[in-house]
Amino acid sequence: MSKGSPISPALLAARPAPPAAPARETAAAPVVPVSAVRGSNAVVAPTEMLGSAAIVRSLEELGVDDVFGLPGGAILPTYDPLLASTKLRHILVRHEQGAGHAAQGYAMVTGRPGVCIVTSGPGATNLVTAIADAHMDSVPMVAITGQVSSAFIGSDAFQEADIVGITMPITKHSYLVTKAQDIPRVLAEAFHIATTGRPGPVLVDIAKDAQQSTMIFSWPPKVDIPGYRPVMRGHSKQVREAARLISGSQRPVFYVGGGVVKGHASAELKELAELVGAPVVTTLMARGVFPDSHDQHVGMPGMHGSVSAVTALQQADLLITLGARFDDRVTGVLSSFAPNAKVIHADIDPAEISKNRTADVPIVGSVKEIIPELTAAVRESFGTQERPDISAWWRTINHLRETYPVGFTQPDDGLSAPQQVIKRIGELTGPEGVFVSGVGQHQMWAAQFIQYERPHAWLNSGGLGTMGYSVPAAMGAKVGNPDRVVWAIDGDGCFQMTNQELATCVINNIPIKVAVINNSSLGMVRQWQTLFYEGRYSNTDLNTGHDTVRVPDFVKLADAYGCVGLRCERDEDIDATIQQALAINDRPVVIDFVVSRDSMVWPMVPSGVSNDLIQIARNMTPTWEQED
Amino acid sequence: MARHTLSVLVEDVPGVLTRVASLFARRAFNINSLAVGPTEVAGMSRITVVVEAEEELLEQVTKQLNKLINVIKIVELTTEQSVQRDHILIKVRADAATRLQVTQAADLFRASVVDVATDSLIIEATGTPEKLSALLSVLEPFGVREIVQSGTLAIGRGAKSMSDRALRSA
Repeated sequence: MSKGSPISPALLAARPAPPAAPARETAAAPVVPVSAVRGSNAVVAPTEMLGSAAIVRSLEELGVDDVFGLPGGAILPTYDPLLASTKLRHILVRHEQGAGHAAQGYAMVTGRPGVCIVTSGPGATNLVTAIADAHMDSVPMVAITGQVSSAFIGSDAFQEADIVGITMPITKHSYLVTKAQDIPRVLAEAFHIATTGRPGPVLVDIAKDAQQSTMIFSWPPKVDIPGYRPVMRGHSKQVREAARLISGSQRPVFYVGGGVVKGHASAELKELAELVGAPVVTTLMARGVFPDSHDQHVGMPGMHGSVSAVTALQQADLLITLGARFDDRVTGVLSSFAPNAKVIHADIDPAEISKNRTADVPIVGSVKEIIPELTAAVRESFGTQERPDISAWWRTINHLRETYPVGFTQPDDGLSAPQQVIKRIGELTGPEGVFVSGVGQHQMWAAQFIQYERPHAWLNSGGLGTMGYSVPAAMGAKVGNPDRVVWAIDGDGCFQMTNQELATCVINNIPIKVAVINNSSLGMVRQWQTLFYEGRYSNTDLNTGHDTVRVPDFVKLADAYGCVGLRCERDEDIDATIQQALAINDRPVVIDFVVSRDSMVWPMVPSGVSNDLIQIARNMTPTWEQED
Repeated sequence: MARHTLSVLVEDVPGVLTRVASLFARRAFNINSLAVGPTEVAGMSRITVVVEAEEELLEQVTKQLNKLINVIKIVELTTEQSVQRDHILIKVRADAATRLQVTQAADLFRASVVDVATDSLIIEATGTPEKLSALLSVLEPFGVREIVQSGTLAIGRGAKSMSDRALRSA
């Protein structure tokens, strides 16, 4: 590292390419600079208005249709012009966290930024979990918070919280706006930052006096952010090097992460994967981006991944990593992860490259642009050099896939298997549905037992692991995809954290379907207590299930909210109950699926050990065969 | 762990120092010194950070710093290829009997006396951290009452300017 040179090659790539870049430019199709301002960029001549009106108008110009929020003192000025807006649909939530998760769900199914608006202080702090969640899972989201008047900032005024300070480590960027005139530019910048590069949440905190002052509104604002130039195009030399490795690999695996979903590159992935013919694993965040039914799909990797997917990564000689980040739930003990593999790592975020696992071939850029270039380079490479035979590799993986499919056993207590319930929901709904889970056992089962055939069909809180994500995120997903069947697959613990949004769903006619997989306990914690704490069930009993006091009674709760409440306690009723729910489309449905509490999530790689020690059931490891 | 000097070119906006400093804090890095000031370009500030860190961790923090929207550019400056200076003010005990010895010591270090009282002097010096600590140890026997020291300032040698390329691309 020397004077005047950036710190690393990856960072070199993080700077705009020198003028030598116009390789793509052709005389016929000159590159039209795309505006950094989202929306139609319709010109609005300077017009005098209040800052509050400028917020609403800016959102309209940015192409926003739906916002989720809850008013309060410091954002009150903005709620007045909001009432008059014909373009913005504001959905009044019952808790600000619900607004945040709804915005996430909306963004995840539409690919457009989710927007939430809340007041200062507690309104803003209630949003913190959703912002952190969006940050961990790279969800494009713009959170607008009211702030006390600028003269009172820092004085511990009523409902004051330094939300910019609080959220600094969990936002992609944040703004404090104290001048009305800055509002259009800041909002345009916020939307640009939230949706480009690696997506993420941007917070815009707007002081009450900025909302109440007069400003001159014009559109589009000038957006120039000198410190923000995301790299889209992969370095061509690196792409060629990746193609060379792929062409020489005997045991390649595609390790596909959520970045491919965010990058809308599933078609590009399919083309490349079929050209290479290698096994594909899709992480928890990437389920559906490569069809489960595809012959090359060998499952989900990680702590609760399939034996075939986990082993494919462990025994690979090459990981073709696309938009994934070597999360600890995937790698297990990092030093023992895929020990013999070279790593190609394509990611839009240079900081992910070699963060956990050193990349042999780093490619910074958008998978949407990198994958087609890699496909072309591989095709060329396959044409010129002889490829190693990968059929032995496929024999190994196919053997594992056939011997150790993800499955479950019927519980001994006579109650239904939760896996069966979730499996049937997936089968009876079909791949066009949207499935949104909470966090815990039901989340893992929903990832394992529903067949995903398309991207944006599976939503969950992967990075932060936020219990309570499901109902509000499903609400947001249904607003974004009103014509799809949207299931919240929730646990009895999770459901009790955010079910107040059922009121929002009923009042605003957002007919989601909620399957409460009710095992009467904090199931995943209970599973760990069973396995690692000698069955000492400390504080995991929720008393909601079979043979308990049923507090609360989920059917009565659903009824109180104006939803249809159903209960299913026997295997033979599962299908009929799901069908009944699928037939109701004029209001939300909540089904209390009473299931066994002893069912556990398998396979499992116990925490703190190598992925090679994967267990298919308690203390049962697969029988490893010698490579043939 | 080696000592590294980073020059961070940032937009001069509220909160930028917090954003930069908290990234070091999050990785439990100890910042040895920090200096912030305006640059030759309006609206741009430059932060000089000296940290002790392993190379790999520093690389990760640098990448994270680069993700901050307000950060324009980061450069590591080595001691060979840059000029690095600290600035110090030392209040040292000096009465009629010792004043001459103290001022002579200061002269040897090309430091200057900027305040005189009946029983003390304030000495101002600029230099590398090594030179300043040598000066301090010479003054120590007279009785150092108080010191205040700036963070290290660093600039690359030669004609090239750190803000040049960063701004052209902007």
